[in-house]
Amino acid sequence: MGQYLVLIYEDEAGWQAGGPAAEAGHAAHQAFGEKYREALQGGQALQPTSTATSIRDGVVSDGPFVETKEVLGGYYLIEAADLDAALAIAKEVPAPFGGVEVRPVMNPA
Amino acid sequence: MPHPVAPAAAVHAAVAGAHRREWALVLATVARLTGDLDLAEECVQDAYGKALTVWAADGIPANPAAWLTTTARRLALDQLRRSATLKRKLPLLTGPDARDEPNADVGAWPDDRLRLVFTCCHPALGVEAQVALTLRLLCGLTTAEVARGLLVSEATMAARITRAKKKITAAGIPYRIPCRADLPQRVDAVCHVVYLLYTAGHTAAIGTDLTRPDLTERALDLARMLRLLLPGDTNVAGLLALILLSDARSTTRTDRHGQLQLLADQDRSRWDRAAITEGAALVREALRTRPPGRYALQAAIAAVHAESPSFADTDWMEIVALYDLITVRWPSPVIALNRAVAIGFAHGPAAGLAALDALAAAPQLAQYPYLAAARADFHRRLGHHDDARLAYQEALVLTDNQTERDYLTARMRALP
Repeated sequence: MGQYLVLIYEDEAGWQAGGPAAEAGHAAHQAFGEKYREALQGGQALQPTSTATSIRDGVVSDGPFVETKEVLGGYYLIEAADLDAALAIAKEVPAPFGGVEVRPVMNPA
Repeated sequence: MPHPVAPAAAVHAAVAGAHRREWALVLATVARLTGDLDLAEECVQDAYGKALTVWAADGIPANPAAWLTTTARRLALDQLRRSATLKRKLPLLTGPDARDEPNADVGAWPDDRLRLVFTCCHPALGVEAQVALTLRLLCGLTTAEVARGLLVSEATMAARITRAKKKITAAGIPYRIPCRADLPQRVDAVCHVVYLLYTAGHTAAIGTDLTRPDLTERALDLARMLRLLLPGDTNVAGLLALILLSDARSTTRTDRHGQLQLLADQDRSRWDRAAITEGAALVREALRTRPPGRYALQAAIAAVHAESPSFADTDWMEIVALYDLITVRWPSPVIALNRAVAIGFAHGPAAGLAALDALAAAPQLAQYPYLAAARADFHRRLGHHDDARLAYQEALVLTDNQTERDYLTARMRALP
């Protein structure tokens, strides 16, 4: 068994526009959370990047770490037997305005 | 000194043969038994080394693969025992255990080689890494040989293989057969790697030789192995057919002096009839799936050429129709170019030229020498000598394969 972090990268404009697409997205996350209750070890949506503050070399500045169209908007921490099992779950993570990245969590030796 | 039981030459041949035929099976089994790919690789390598001396003294075993597996496994267990405390901390391969479900598609007891195939060609690895791991782990090539085959430096290749193996461990890429739902897509990925290997060997990107038989032979070995392991898969049947039918004509692609021979000028009596018969039967089998797969259709085109008694008798209408079928589902500029060339033979050079002109805007073909070469040939046949000369020059700028350059230069010089 291993832990995997599923990072959700999306175009924030999609969620901010609201409407049926965003509503359907919220419902899909709800359903996903219930379906994979056992595998899920955590997960949250993040406030938009307009609220982000970056620190580099001790200097605090306004905005996200890198400016890109698709930004980190939320995450799930899941437990799975192997990468294939993790990918099977991650494929069902709703990301209507982008996609997800699956990263194995480094286990303490 | 004991008298050797088997002569040195026979032992060398037996070890080399076992390396070529059994490497994947031995490594795949030992990797499952130890759960550690790196350790398995090292111990299998050592077992082949031991075989040279032990087989000379005791005779060549009746079942070399079983001998090599047992020996490598024993070496691995010794190592694991010696470093028991160290090893317990290292992550092992995930997957090779009782969680494997019986899978009707691959038989109740899947061959260990399939695990290795699917691990090497896992989509979480980049295609370049998949190709490298396949040559290294499934074909047993050394890192230096893989580097030579794929035209990169040994250091680059060593780094690429190390990175890929680290990802297998760190990301938990499993050592097992994919679930039924994922299987078709995963088999596709495996076929793609073997196809890439074959095309890389079919026409060497640079250098003085037209082909790299080391790569094409490995691709054929791999396709045969996949056919054995996945006998019901028509994509695999199509891929093996495509390689057999293309390879059957490989000896006549250049003449005695290494000069390029076009299909029209090749000595068809020297084509490998056994390979053509085997390939054609596989094509018929693969085409029974509806809709037919991409490799099956490409193999069907190769079969039309291989079974045609002469260039003049080639059924170009059939070839154009097959390219049309490929274009519907897998449109690509290269397929469109081949289709345009076939149109030129089916309906005359003017029609071929018109079909080529429609492709001139495709950015993917801007650096592709075969587009300019095909245009040059159609202009030549239409008597447009100046246009032909320009197009030959353009093709020469774009190709680095010396055999192809010689051919284009000769054609250009022959223009009036």
